[in-house]
Amino acid sequence: MRVIMVGCGEIVYFLARQFAGKGFRVTIVTREAHEAGVLSRKLKATVLHGDGSDPVVLDQAGARRAEVVLALTPRDQDNLAVCQIAHHMFRVPRTVALVNDPENEEIFRKLGVTVPFSATQIIAGILEERAGFEEISDLFPVAEGKVTISEVSLRPDSPVVARLVQDLEFPEGALIGGIIRSGEVIIPKGNTQLAETDRLIIISQPGCYDQVLRLLTGED
Amino acid sequence: MKPKETEKNWPQYVVVVGCGRLGSHLASKLSQAGSNVVVIDCDESAFAHLAPEFSGFCISGDAVQVEVLQKAKVSKADCLLAVTPDDNLNLMVAQVAHEVFAVPKVMARVSDTKRESVYRKFGIATVSPTRLAVDFFLGAFRKTEGNG
Repeated sequence: MRVIMVGCGEIVYFLARQFAGKGFRVTIVTREAHEAGVLSRKLKATVLHGDGSDPVVLDQAGARRAEVVLALTPRDQDNLAVCQIAHHMFRVPRTVALVNDPENEEIFRKLGVTVPFSATQIIAGILEERAGFEEISDLFPVAEGKVTISEVSLRPDSPVVARLVQDLEFPEGALIGGIIRSGEVIIPKGNTQLAETDRLIIISQPGCYDQVLRLLTGED
Repeated sequence: MKPKETEKNWPQYVVVVGCGRLGSHLASKLSQAGSNVVVIDCDESAFAHLAPEFSGFCISGDAVQVEVLQKAKVSKADCLLAVTPDDNLNLMVAQVAHEVFAVPKVMARVSDTKRESVYRKFGIATVSPTRLAVDFFLGAFRKTEGNG
């Protein structure tokens, strides 16, 4: 997958590192000249110095072939412009924008951003325990991203519920390292049966992670 | 107060976003012509640019925040003109005014001509001072050629 990220700061660095670890082709566009130099030395990514809402810069970043554009600057007007130009000029199918003013989340959706997200809303949601039940959490890369460890919760409708671990068609490069069930950790054996609401610790090489997720969730 | 201008389409209530050289001049002219004008700028000292005859309201705040536009009663405006030096801000505020607050006439100042062509395609009225100046200069040449 080809991803373009426009923005600056730690969020861009850590996301790019994670995406690169998953085997994505990442291009970063930052306005900060110094940061561009630092990022290009630290990351397995292409880094451009420029204004990500400038059509010429987006074109140079490979927008014509990108599947996703992420706009992560601290200014809502820039994030909107990046997404709209990417979508309308370069036909980028998916655009994701950080929304700083939570009231702009709905507006961004109306103005054509595929996924607007507001950090304020997410944090408020966590505090109010309204956050959606996410299936995947704590994805983190180990050994410079050659292996990732993540936690996947099994929904009641998951196709692997009630199946034995030995019967799963797990790819070579992945395994279930542990199962968290009612607060206890189970080390799985071949005859361990999976149950709904189990949380599986998945250890996987980046290349087969998508296959594992499809297997566990039943989604494409 | 009824606008003094006789044109039927002259706006009664105008919101001007940006109070630099262009915005303050525009707001002062509109106010003198009889429109009710609200000017928004994030820098309070910018309002000093307004002509002494300006009789409208000033709101200091960031116009990309919905609450600032609400404070300016944008939903009641006949017209919104976004003329800050920030193209992206102008384009966003113009779209929000049009799509969310249903302002009938909305225009954005866009200096970058590449960006202007993108937004024109999806129906945002834009004014590019850069392009206008270029056209004016080139137009002056053409006239000279025609006369000579």
